[in-house]
Amino acid sequence: MKPAPFRYHRARDTEGAARLLAELGDDAKVIAGGQSLVAMMNFRLARPRHLVDIGGLRALDHLGTDSTGALRIGALTTHHTVETAPARRLGPGFDVLRAAMGWIGHLPIRTRGTVGGSIAHADATAEWCLLAVALDAELHTHGPRGPRRIPAAEFFFGSYTNALDPDELLTEIVFPRPAPHAALTEFAERRGDFAIVSAVVDLDLAGTEVRGGRVALGGVAPVPVRVPEAEQVLATGGSFADCAAAAAAAVNPPDDANGSADYRRRLIGTLVRRACEEARAR
Amino acid sequence: MTETPIDPAIDPAAERQLLALDVNGTAYEVLCESRRTLVDVLRHDLRLTGTHVGCEHGICGACTVLVDGRPARACLMFAAQAEGARIRTVESLSGDDDGRQLSDLQQAFRDHHGLQCGFCTPGFLMLAEGFLAERPDADRAEIRELVAANLCRCTGYQSIVDAIESCATARRAKEATEATATDETPEAAEATGEER
Ligand SMILES: Cc1cc2nc3c(=O)[nH]c(=O)nc-3n(C[C@H](O)[C@H](O)[C@H](O)COP(=O)(O)OP(=O)(O)OC[C@H]3O[C@@H](n4cnc5c(N)ncnc54)[C@H](O)[C@@H]3O)c2cc1C
Ligand code: FES
Ligand code: FES
Repeated sequence: MKPAPFRYHRARDTEGAARLLAELGDDAKVIAGGQSLVAMMNFRLARPRHLVDIGGLRALDHLGTDSTGALRIGALTTHHTVETAPARRLGPGFDVLRAAMGWIGHLPIRTRGTVGGSIAHADATAEWCLLAVALDAELHTHGPRGPRRIPAAEFFFGSYTNALDPDELLTEIVFPRPAPHAALTEFAERRGDFAIVSAVVDLDLAGTEVRGGRVALGGVAPVPVRVPEAEQVLATGGSFADCAAAAAAAVNPPDDANGSADYRRRLIGTLVRRACEEARAR
Repeated sequence: MTETPIDPAIDPAAERQLLALDVNGTAYEVLCESRRTLVDVLRHDLRLTGTHVGCEHGICGACTVLVDGRPARACLMFAAQAEGARIRTVESLSGDDDGRQLSDLQQAFRDHHGLQCGFCTPGFLMLAEGFLAERPDADRAEIRELVAANLCRCTGYQSIVDAIESCATARRAKEATEATATDETPEAAEATGEER
């Protein structure tokens, strides 16, 4: 199908984009890479009257580590830029992000789709949303009421809903510390599809000994979730298999066309164990 | 019956905009509605019908073109977003104006039966063209992963993988020969007879 008519506006800077959004009100939407929004507009699932194109805002297209060791990713950085970033911009401490990109759609999607767009879109199984929750990312926004810094744990409200106000822009995604022993893995029926279940494990290792870690899951709730029960197993010296079993037992996954709750629980068991092993091997 | 034109003063969205697009190295000006996607501008306004359109939601890849050298879905971009970018379509591959002189990639598709009905072919060609420019050393596993991006209902993909791989291998061999133009080394000879 063809999208409904709208008026196109090209933003020249972040301030201007935010001002324009405030002025145009509820009828306006931001467009970044368009890899989710244009598809929805073509189906008329979205019919904004105004589009504010932020695609040209170079200031929001950056990637690199700051003096505190945090990784700062501009909202307009594409999945492809992360995937192909040289080590001086994306060091080994953040290899988990680079490796995770291969799971997002396919090359022609990754060349246009942006990190900020993924997080603002807030699909329950989007890799960036899961990574943000698992690795305690902080989301920086800019709106008429000034800038905000929102922890990922408080950002996602439900599928496709989050803490962003309609006239607020996501500007930067900050991963506060390196996660050298972390891995994302997932299962989808076809390569490149959104995952049925996805898992991130971020281990704290002393040599080869596991001292603890973070476990987060996508596709088991309307938002990505941390699983304290599974993290407890890692913190108390339990095996990866026990950690995976604890994760599967702790959550109450949905029953839908993509898989029954029972099937998802089995996937969780397999994927958490696999992610633990990949994280340790890293 | 004639349709009452929508008055832009009442419906601002019905306005048309003048776009300047760079397609295959030619500068075009197009007057169109904002909602026109790049693939529709290419096909309907510029009459470059080599680029196909299938699903209009990013799944099939029939509309794949290069945007600043990188493969992208022309159905998931409004034409207005393409201003300032260099767009390349399948029409740019051939060495001459009537498209008879096939590029090495096109020839490889032909040689390896990488197409049957041909509906998906422009998309696969541009996907591979953009990919090989960035990853000239790609191996078969990477190429298999790449072609998962687009749908082909006819070939079963093996012949498409064969075509892309043979094109990549031939380009590497050519490069190696050129690098050692006068003095043929055993390495270059080996690269020519690259294993699959
Ligand atoms: C075939 C296909 C397969 C895909 N597979 C996957 C997958 O496996 N995993 C995955 O995670 N994604 C997948 N995607 C989606 C893709 O990752 C998109 O890039 C992403 O969801 C949105 O990014 P975008 O830049 O394209 O955003 P857009 O489509 O431009 O925008 C998406 C939404 O976010 C808002 N928005 C965008 N940027 C900002 C900002 N800076 N501030 C405020 N609001 C903003 C927009 O208003 C819109 O509501 C797939 C897409 C396609 C077409
Ligand atoms: S028509 Fe663009 S991907 Fe199918
Ligand atoms: S050749 Fe017919 S769809 Fe690919």
